[in-house]
Amino acid sequence: MLKVDSIDVFYGNIQALKGVSLEINEGEIVTFIGANGAGKSTLLKTISGLLKPKNGDILYEGQSIAGKAAQMIVKQGISHVPEGRRIFANMTVEENLELGAFLRKDKNEIQKDFEKVYHLFPRLHERRKQLAGTLSGGEQQMLAIGRALMARPRLLLLDEPSMGLAPLLVKTIFRIIEEINSSGTTILLVEQNANMALSVADRAYVIESGRVVLSGSAEELNASEQVKMAYLGGH
Amino acid sequence: MELIQQLVNGISLGSIYALIALGYTMVYGIVRLINFAHGDVFMVGAFVGFYAITGLHLGFFPALLLAMVVCALLGVFIERIAYKPLRNATRIAVLITAIGVSLLIEYGMIYARGAQPVAYPGTILPDKKIELFGVTISSQSILILCTSIVLMILLQLIVHKTKIGKAMRAVSYDAEAARLMGINVDNTISATFAIGSALAGAAGVIFGIYYIKIEPLMGIIPGLKAFVAAVLGGIGIIPGAMVGGLVLGVIESLVSGLGYSLWRDGVAFIVLILILIFRPSGLFGKNVKEKV
Repeated sequence: MLKVDSIDVFYGNIQALKGVSLEINEGEIVTFIGANGAGKSTLLKTISGLLKPKNGDILYEGQSIAGKAAQMIVKQGISHVPEGRRIFANMTVEENLELGAFLRKDKNEIQKDFEKVYHLFPRLHERRKQLAGTLSGGEQQMLAIGRALMARPRLLLLDEPSMGLAPLLVKTIFRIIEEINSSGTTILLVEQNANMALSVADRAYVIESGRVVLSGSAEELNASEQVKMAYLGGH
Repeated sequence: MELIQQLVNGISLGSIYALIALGYTMVYGIVRLINFAHGDVFMVGAFVGFYAITGLHLGFFPALLLAMVVCALLGVFIERIAYKPLRNATRIAVLITAIGVSLLIEYGMIYARGAQPVAYPGTILPDKKIELFGVTISSQSILILCTSIVLMILLQLIVHKTKIGKAMRAVSYDAEAARLMGINVDNTISATFAIGSALAGAAGVIFGIYYIKIEPLMGIIPGLKAFVAAVLGGIGIIPGAMVGGLVLGVIESLVSGLGYSLWRDGVAFIVLILILIFRPSGLFGKNVKEKV
């Protein structure tokens, strides 16, 4: 479905990604684990069109999307839930969700997706008239995910959905991620919480200072000594 | 009664400031730029209205509409030519460019038609004196006030109910997140310039009818005062610009009414200084630290 072919991405003179390649098949949950500053968010931003790769290519359904405008990429079915949620705090929950469906014109289908999102996150329904800035951290994360789903993506990019959330909420969020996946959305998940990420993922990549250093099935990586040492807090 | 009379004058003047201030504040909200050329767009609007009325023999509303359309196009043109290439430049570079654009429009206008002032014909709107509780109000100022109010209501509807308005609010809050929604940020910025400039154009025509005399440098002082009004209300906040404009207009009129009309302009800038000292985020602003 998505194929990233040895991309290099720079911030000015600093190279954030060095020849990163990956592949995601339809229906999978693929996770990228790595420390802070390893380049995980950069990878997602490059896929969603916020950054342009200097070299290499990104193929989505066989077509190159590298360097295309972000709105074109959303239109083709890739939605990105950014790190830190980035909800529009000065607008209501409902307006945030409406913006998620910004490029769509099929009013009836949008209405159905509203219901789907409210079904997935009943909290958002309770608070739909409230300003998004008044929501708790967990609710804001739900809103960020719901907003991305309103574009009816085929591929969902999730950047650190567990960040700053209480353990119980983290579990809820990951359960919902699995639910979204089982209803047919492919997921690329970036996480520092390697334990949780590996527990839901089919396959995983480990990224260290801009390079993919390890990849394999989630079980393989879970069992790998190297990963245990570095990310799972094992001895 | 004298006081009420001044209040009425102040509200009429203030509604003009408010219309100009809206453009300042909207543009600031979305690209964090004080568009110093905005007062000159207002001037161009006044001249378009003048030529539409005297040359094309249009009535008030068609002339107003024409001025708004021309100014909207001018605003978009300025943004695309002068500001868009500097989207990632330092703020000071854009600010200096704005001052350059302002001078270019002012002296371009003088080059095109000369610096001499012209007078709006006084017969465009019916000018009856209406006596109300001992206060004389001209039918003109009522019509002008109504026009301003209708435009402001229209703006609120656009910003809150339409798709482009929601896009504008999203981009001004977080442009990158807006891009992830599929919003075309460049088009949204252009639309903001178009709407803001159209309001300035309308203000230009209204100003011409109210104050009769127009000339190529007429945009400087009202432009600066509208900027004060925008800061007074809280720059970037739309209702703030409306209230800031009205408050400033009333303050000026009261100062004139007390017999200090020479101090009128001075007082506006004293208001700016006081606001910057005591409440830099403005009447409606929240104290938000700048994002880094």
